[in-house]
Amino acid sequence: MSTIAPQFRLSRFVASLFDIIFWVILIFSLVGLPIVFIILFYIKLPVINNQLMTPYLAMTWMADPSETLPIIKNLIHTTFFHVLAFPGFGFAALLAAATIFVERKFLAKIQLRVGPLYCGKVEGILQLMGDGLKLISKEIIIPAKADKPIFWVGPLLFVGTAGAFVSLIPVARGWVVANPAVGLLAVFATIGFFPIISVLTAWAANNKWTFIGGLRALHQMIAFEIPLILSLLSIVIMTGTLNLSQIAESQQHYWWIVFAPISAIVFFICILAELERIPFDLPEAESEIVAGWLTEFSGMMYGLIQLGTYLKLYAFAGLFTVLFLGGWNGPMVWPPFPADIVTQGITIGPITAKIAGLPLFDQDMLNGTLWFVIKTVGVILLILLPRGVFPRIRIDMLLHTGWYKLIGLAFINIFIALGLLYAGVLGPGGLIQ
Amino acid sequence: MATQLPPGIRLETVDDRIMTLNVGPQHPGSGHMRLIIKVDGDYIVSCDPDPGYVHRGEEKMAEYRNYIQNIPHLERPVIHDSSNILYPYCLAVEELLGIEVPERAKYIRVIAAELNRCIYILYWLAIYGIFLGHSTMFMWPAGDRELFIDLLEAMSGARVTHAYLVPGGVRNDLPANFEERCLRQVDYLEKRLKEYLAVFYKNPILISRTEGTGILSRTDAIRLGTTGSVLRASGVNFDIRKKEPYDVYENLDFETVVMKEGDSYARSYVPYLEMFESCRIIRDAIRKMPKSGSVRTKLKPNPKGGNDEVYKRVESGRGALGYYIVSNNRPEPYRVKISVGSFRNLICMPYLLKGELLGNMPAVYWSLNYWPVEADR
Repeated sequence: MSTIAPQFRLSRFVASLFDIIFWVILIFSLVGLPIVFIILFYIKLPVINNQLMTPYLAMTWMADPSETLPIIKNLIHTTFFHVLAFPGFGFAALLAAATIFVERKFLAKIQLRVGPLYCGKVEGILQLMGDGLKLISKEIIIPAKADKPIFWVGPLLFVGTAGAFVSLIPVARGWVVANPAVGLLAVFATIGFFPIISVLTAWAANNKWTFIGGLRALHQMIAFEIPLILSLLSIVIMTGTLNLSQIAESQQHYWWIVFAPISAIVFFICILAELERIPFDLPEAESEIVAGWLTEFSGMMYGLIQLGTYLKLYAFAGLFTVLFLGGWNGPMVWPPFPADIVTQGITIGPITAKIAGLPLFDQDMLNGTLWFVIKTVGVILLILLPRGVFPRIRIDMLLHTGWYKLIGLAFINIFIALGLLYAGVLGPGGLIQ
Repeated sequence: MATQLPPGIRLETVDDRIMTLNVGPQHPGSGHMRLIIKVDGDYIVSCDPDPGYVHRGEEKMAEYRNYIQNIPHLERPVIHDSSNILYPYCLAVEELLGIEVPERAKYIRVIAAELNRCIYILYWLAIYGIFLGHSTMFMWPAGDRELFIDLLEAMSGARVTHAYLVPGGVRNDLPANFEERCLRQVDYLEKRLKEYLAVFYKNPILISRTEGTGILSRTDAIRLGTTGSVLRASGVNFDIRKKEPYDVYENLDFETVVMKEGDSYARSYVPYLEMFESCRIIRDAIRKMPKSGSVRTKLKPNPKGGNDEVYKRVESGRGALGYYIVSNNRPEPYRVKISVGSFRNLICMPYLLKGELLGNMPAVYWSLNYWPVEADR
């Protein structure tokens, strides 16, 4: 017979609990509170209802339901919220996670399988969470002769670059993390980092397979970046701007895919190549070079790379939507917020409560987000589809496609765009406004 | 302390132009073997196959077991083609012991062998699909294979290691209503094979990857001693079922599939067409089979072979598969030598891969219809 904890004494356990509580209170009051006050000293506190929102006041307002909504409304317009939650990382990560699940189920349906089924009772909906937990709990193995700092920082750089790319995608009118005037150039600059990261990590891992995979990734991404840029040049010519929000705004009446279908096809093929998806998954071709430049990654480092890949997928699908499919523009299907609740308040029996800060989101933003998500999910499904249909392409055919066929095709649409512009069909004072 | 390297081997240096890649034995694209590939950039300079990682000494094991005990372990090298690898053993032992096989058993053997050939080719096709990165072509044949596995399970009781063919006939008779079920599933397979054509064999990327890669000319195919689908894809009309018919194959109606190109595409297309021929053979065999009768000649408890030697070969999924059995008046064979198609096809791999791109390696390698476990025996 054996007991689980033979030396267990309740008194010692309670004493240890008190011990922990004592040290937590001591450290928090000596270190935590000063840090909080130092941070508060530098943060510009917002003014709500002509009152400065000090932390103390915020706490009292949180207890008062009529004052809660203004605080939340104030919060969702901060840069912090933009970057972390809605148009930025959280939203993209949510869509990316949904993409992984949908990809597995979608591919399973093509291949006459069921896909994830057991984890989470309902159609394996929690499979992704299980996979994530597995990756977090796995050991991270670093090769003995690897260049360790670069190897460690590679996945972080990858996710960071993908996050930077995500931040440039406008989701709804005015809802974008970063809105530079040269947004499209910023996109090209950001995606230019990916081959460098691939080659760096591939070299740092000190493995022949990662080396070949990294070189393949470099070749592939550079070969397809040029048609990618050229295919978007026709959009820039037609709109006369590089700002992504303005490009989306310019498609209120017609989408650019109507005038630039060849560009859209070229751009779509380039997306597949940049994302290393089948038929262009040569850098990770498992039957030739194990897992390519990802061979030596294990545990959560591999998980981070996967997260970055799917963030990148979302960002490219969003970019396709913004450039060719009208971005957030679409019929107004979202119902307006009832105006009498804002002006007269809600009447429940004898009580009439007037809630400040309503509506939380305006109708335009919700409608725009809805259309953006619908279109982006459609593009994502199109990106997923080739995986069930095509085998892998070969490197010489890939380079031939990138450097020769796609560049030629992209030029055709540039000439079409210029023709439309000089014929007076598009552009300022054109036939179609 | 510098370690002394054996003569002829030197360490690679960073500025070497030629890089050595060890594809396998722990590599998703190698199987249970190693390919020592030297690449110059993306071109393969030389390829040295190194089989033997799953050598199990089947031939030596056979010398310590009597003729009946040898049945289950001799099918282990290719468990997904187990009827065909036992077929020549049964033929050889029957000749050695002078056993006559009942007519119905001969037809049942042919049905089992052809069902197993389809199972083997579907399995092979699944791996060919995933080697080329086509995941749908991995899942579809692997799923459709289950139907034929179910048929063989109904016949023999085991899903993969059937041990169904025994010297003297087959182990047991067909179950009730087997014929209708078999014909229904054969019809279904033919329907599915047409879908494979649409999704895989007519895929433009697949055609551009496999057509013209790893060309094996007719003379080279004969000179290198290749067999099976590799030989037939190079334009040689050689099928043991036609050339040296065993059991009842001469009564059955089928044709040999021959293609002239000799490239990877032809080598992958010939087994696909052979599945149609197998379906034809199964239909024909079910039609011509005697509806009742004995299926097994009873053997003596511990039969002794005479002072004799015998060589029998059949057409397996990977080509000619022969058993050379020597006996010396004992219940155990004196020597069993298995000649397998896999090993013979492996020989042409260095010739085919030389000068090819590294990306063509999986396309050429698996088109050789090579099964490492069988090659090692």
